[in-house]
Amino acid sequence: MDNPEESRGFVFSKESLRKKFRWSEFLSEKIITGVGFLSITIIILIFFFVFKESIPIFYTKKAAVKVESVQKQEQYGVDTNVAVNASGQEQYGVTARDSLMTENQPLAEDTVVHGSDVATAKSLLGTKWMPVSDNPRYGLIPLFVGTLKITLIAMLFAAPIAILAALFSASFAPYWLREFIKPAIELLAGFPSVVIGFFALMVMATFFQNLFGYDGRLNAFVGGVAMALAAIPIIFTITEDALTAVPRTYTEASLALGATRWQTALFVTLPAATPGIFAAILLGIGRVFGETMIALMATGNAAMIGINPFESVRTLAATIGAEMAEVVFGDTHYNVLFLIGSLLFIFNFSLNALAEFYVKGKLVKRFQGKQS
Amino acid sequence: MSRQKTITGGLFVGVTAFSAFLIIAVIIILLVVIINGGKDTFSWEFLTSFPEDGMMKGGIFPAIFGTVLLVLIMSVAAVPFGTITAIYLTEYAHEKSVLAQTIRFAVRTLATVPSIIFGLFGLGFFIKFVGTGIDDVFLGGQLKWGQPNILWASLTMALLTLPVVIVSVEEAIRTVPRELREASLALGATKWETIKRIVIPGSRSGIMTGTILAVSRGAGEVAPILFTGAAYYLATLPTSLSDQFMNLGYHIYIMATQSANVDQTLPIQFATTMVLLLLTFTLNLAAVIIRSRLRRNAK
Repeated sequence: MDNPEESRGFVFSKESLRKKFRWSEFLSEKIITGVGFLSITIIILIFFFVFKESIPIFYTKKAAVKVESVQKQEQYGVDTNVAVNASGQEQYGVTARDSLMTENQPLAEDTVVHGSDVATAKSLLGTKWMPVSDNPRYGLIPLFVGTLKITLIAMLFAAPIAILAALFSASFAPYWLREFIKPAIELLAGFPSVVIGFFALMVMATFFQNLFGYDGRLNAFVGGVAMALAAIPIIFTITEDALTAVPRTYTEASLALGATRWQTALFVTLPAATPGIFAAILLGIGRVFGETMIALMATGNAAMIGINPFESVRTLAATIGAEMAEVVFGDTHYNVLFLIGSLLFIFNFSLNALAEFYVKGKLVKRFQGKQS
Repeated sequence: MSRQKTITGGLFVGVTAFSAFLIIAVIIILLVVIINGGKDTFSWEFLTSFPEDGMMKGGIFPAIFGTVLLVLIMSVAAVPFGTITAIYLTEYAHEKSVLAQTIRFAVRTLATVPSIIFGLFGLGFFIKFVGTGIDDVFLGGQLKWGQPNILWASLTMALLTLPVVIVSVEEAIRTVPRELREASLALGATKWETIKRIVIPGSRSGIMTGTILAVSRGAGEVAPILFTGAAYYLATLPTSLSDQFMNLGYHIYIMATQSANVDQTLPIQFATTMVLLLLTFTLNLAAVIIRSRLRRNAK
């Protein structure tokens, strides 16, 4: 009885210590691993299927109809709006009050027209977006200009406000205030974009119109400010995280050298967190770029090219949202909308990849003392 | 320290404080304006009756019903898969492995893909590929699944909310102490038994937070369901998965931009917006509270 294990009736041998094969273990591991791949699969499927529906534009063999030259004499700007409205199907935003629900109207007339038209690569680069007319043109330029304009306006508001607020929360606010500000701004992130759009449409539009006295109630400015509301929580949260991630030793060293708290925040903490702030801005841009409901409700949705911020614009995402429900499956208009979707997806993917790899890599290196 | 520097410093701190309070002020204004605009129309009647007179009067019951059904089906799809992905990332995958990094990148990408793209995907994949495929193979080409309906809308929404669940659950799983896991393994439990008995129960509050946040997100998003199943007006409630449905957010959008008389229905619009806002606000608040408790416990 000198071996205590034997006395209790079992012996550890090589045999008994070997891992037993269990079906439940095997299956659970395989299933969980399989599900782990789901996110990657979804991303690939999204890219594949959205792009797939836009492919037909590229291999249409019919002769290219040169629509550009014929249209040269037409005016840009307001006329585009009128022309689009004249075609009867495109009534949103400014003119929405007069229009009825277009959803259920048959599109028989247009179907015939669409069947015969061809969108060439050239017309995609054109300056007119008039998909529903006798001579449809799918120029993406005004949509790009509109989207960029909105993004610029939104970021001009959102970036400084969110970054300064994050700096306040991370560097100056007392603990109790910080514990209030952070969740409050996170709550703003939870506001549905349709609610922000509604608020912009009903309240902000009137307010800004009274303030600045311009003509069109809905324009790029109103849309941009509303989008800033959607982008602020994202920029704030990521910037705040980046600022709090700056090692304490940095701030302590600065304070020990006699710098004040605000000097430390402005000249030490903020520069150290630059890559993170850059990432925050990139993700904010991504959010505004792809935002649909606010754009649909607050920008007026007329595809115009111009630099005036108080003009109506039409963004890429809003175009998909407004027109997809009315197109005929499989025709050129449908394909072009999916092409816009692919472009949005690729753009967003690139922004995210840039924020992820370049910026975060740099941040890690910097904090490890390897200045790049 | 010179006087001038103190003033500059005071100004700088003041500007940052102003920015923070500006954001808070906008949140409060938004809440107050919406609630103020909607509170007179809001009543039990309003919540439980059907729209009347071509949406000029009446309540929003079908929209609420549709939204609830949407988030229910969505949760059934998103929560299990999201939880399992989180378990894979924390328990099975090696932190630094290429695979885990790729999955994390995919999850974050999924979280930033514009919601309208999910709508396009729902249309291209679920309706045109899967739906039409089912119709062709099982129903001999009869149109049933190859058109917008609540099932496809819910699944589309599930894809959108998947990253929300994954991130919440992962965060919660990381708060389950290592010692508990090791104790379980040392007592002879297998890996799967440990996950089942220790990890999942320990991260229950995280799974709940994830579900709440996903539901709140799903209830508020409109872009993904614009062309995957939401309908402007339906006289009956959806009774099967192949029916279309009404939705609160979509209702607001249509009423505010495309109804025949926007001014006359303004009170209804405000009340509907108030319902949606309060719904998502309450859910988010609950999630914030549960999460802050979770974080405090983790410390």
